[in-house]
Amino acid sequence: MIRVDGRSDSASLIKVRGLNKTYSRGGEQIQVLQGLNLDVDKGDFVAFMGPSGSGKTTLLNLLGGLDVPSAGSITVDGDEITHMSASKLTHWRARHVGFIFQMYNLIPVLTAFQNVELPLLLTKLSKSERRKHVETALGVVGLTDRMNHYPRQLSGGQEQRVTIARAIVSDPTFLLCDEPTGDLDRKSADEIMALIDELVGKYNKTILMVTHDSLVAARAHMTLHLDKGVLVEGGKSPQQVLAGGAA
Amino acid sequence: MKFSRLIFANLFRKKARLILTIGSFAIALFLFTFLAVVKGAFSRGTELAGADRLVVINRVGLIQTLPLSYDDKIRAISGVKFVTHNHWFGGVYQDEKNFFPQFAVDIENHRQVMTEFKVPDDQWSNFVKDQQGAVAGAGLAKRFGWKIGDRIPLKNALYGTTKTWEFNLDGIYHNDKPGGDESQFWLQWKYFDENVPAAVKSTAGWYVIKLDNPDDAARVGKAIDTLFANSSSETKTETESAFQANFAKQLGNIEFLILTIGSVVFFTLLLVTGNTMAISVRERTSELAVLKAIGFTDRSVLFFVLAESLVIALIGGVLGLGLAILAIPVVGATLNGLLPPLLLSVSVLSVGLGFALLVGAASGLLPGIGAMRLRVVNALRRV
Repeated sequence: MIRVDGRSDSASLIKVRGLNKTYSRGGEQIQVLQGLNLDVDKGDFVAFMGPSGSGKTTLLNLLGGLDVPSAGSITVDGDEITHMSASKLTHWRARHVGFIFQMYNLIPVLTAFQNVELPLLLTKLSKSERRKHVETALGVVGLTDRMNHYPRQLSGGQEQRVTIARAIVSDPTFLLCDEPTGDLDRKSADEIMALIDELVGKYNKTILMVTHDSLVAARAHMTLHLDKGVLVEGGKSPQQVLAGGAA
Repeated sequence: MKFSRLIFANLFRKKARLILTIGSFAIALFLFTFLAVVKGAFSRGTELAGADRLVVINRVGLIQTLPLSYDDKIRAISGVKFVTHNHWFGGVYQDEKNFFPQFAVDIENHRQVMTEFKVPDDQWSNFVKDQQGAVAGAGLAKRFGWKIGDRIPLKNALYGTTKTWEFNLDGIYHNDKPGGDESQFWLQWKYFDENVPAAVKSTAGWYVIKLDNPDDAARVGKAIDTLFANSSSETKTETESAFQANFAKQLGNIEFLILTIGSVVFFTLLLVTGNTMAISVRERTSELAVLKAIGFTDRSVLFFVLAESLVIALIGGVLGLGLAILAIPVVGATLNGLLPPLLLSVSVLSVGLGFALLVGAASGLLPGIGAMRLRVVNALRRV
């Protein structure tokens, strides 16, 4: 179950407590996130929406261990990541997080197969085991027949599918999607969202997604709005959340 | 290695740039190797010089002769084991471009002093008996296709009227020191002396002295120069290595010139490849950020960048050295003895390869550190 009041006692997969992030810009302190709480269970699919600059991507970066908070804690599957060293965090990311970016960010000189294989190069799997995993991941996204194509030989939708295959190939604890359909036309966006739905429904993946598109967000189990650095469920004001109003 | 595909794929990302960078390495390495070989050729005489030998020349200069009467006086100085004298001949074989050093040698003492030159006894014996005899170095004989028994005419205009001196090739010498000189042509000093004008008769171009003990070099040298001080032909005595070094310096400060050119080559190559690697890394900022996001460590990113620059350096270096291996013998042959033999040793090749890898590592280091320090969040924001 997804909660933002910080009162969940259950052993959530992702537990965020009192998360703050402050940037210093030109001597001015900008508080992007303030006292943010979040609980996400395994198999949940949550969408974050909000205006530009509201801190959606910052939140995603913090959850993915790409950035460190100014205060507060993030615990994933029992591991508190906020105090991990940079190198430990890198290893943690490899094991627990699958990233899906808006711009796909595939390596253009590698084939789809080789791009998907990248996270597995960090494991001790043998070459044949890696091949098996990559073929499975590409099978899930329906691109087995394109595995030897380079990104420039694929459509935008296909490139994003390769990114999804790369994100799931090492079977991470959860997936972070930053505007996964932001660079796609409606048809391709629908196909990608159908795939993400399948990852949640069929494979019980936990997904946290940032989007500007309300149609895309509607496919999540819950949409949370970031407003003034606080996560708000539909129908609540930031003041209510900060005051600890019941969900 | 499982990362090799990623490294090579990135390497071939911009083929034109790769070819040009490898080409820069190849040309620079060829130039480096060529300069090292030329430097080696000039310094080899110094390195191979006998530690127990002194050379006595006229204080005015090598072109001025010394009286033959100095021979016995030098021999009488304590610590002197053998003395021999030589005279420059300076003939032309067929064409002036066929230059090679020719010396009128003292057949009685030459072999005792110049022990590195090996002539079979029977050939030496024929040379001694034959007034018009000659001995040629193996390299020289090979260069002109000479064999024992050949008649060799040398045109000479240095001593009186221009005339052609005829010689019989009685022997071929080898040098038992690796890389030692095998380009000389020897004739008998007596034959020379009988056929030169009166002003040149009974003179030596220079003396070479073999010492009982190399430690006596300074004392004996000083004794010789003191003995002939205030005479009409004052002497300058120095060790053979110092003599060789001074002789090489007559052509200019070769070593300084070569080191200067070599340094320029080094820094230019460093700047070119460093810039190439920096551009290459900058172009891939987002890709490197993604690699780091999915779990590649800072060190592995540094390793990728360094590996790329080292592979470029290795390929370029090997190509440059290969070019040098093919070209240096051809260049050496074209020089026709104007320079000492150009020898490409394994040590020069090893230093060349080491030089290439050093430049490769240095040029990849700064961009690599930049990639290593790249903050994923900032890099992805730039996309």
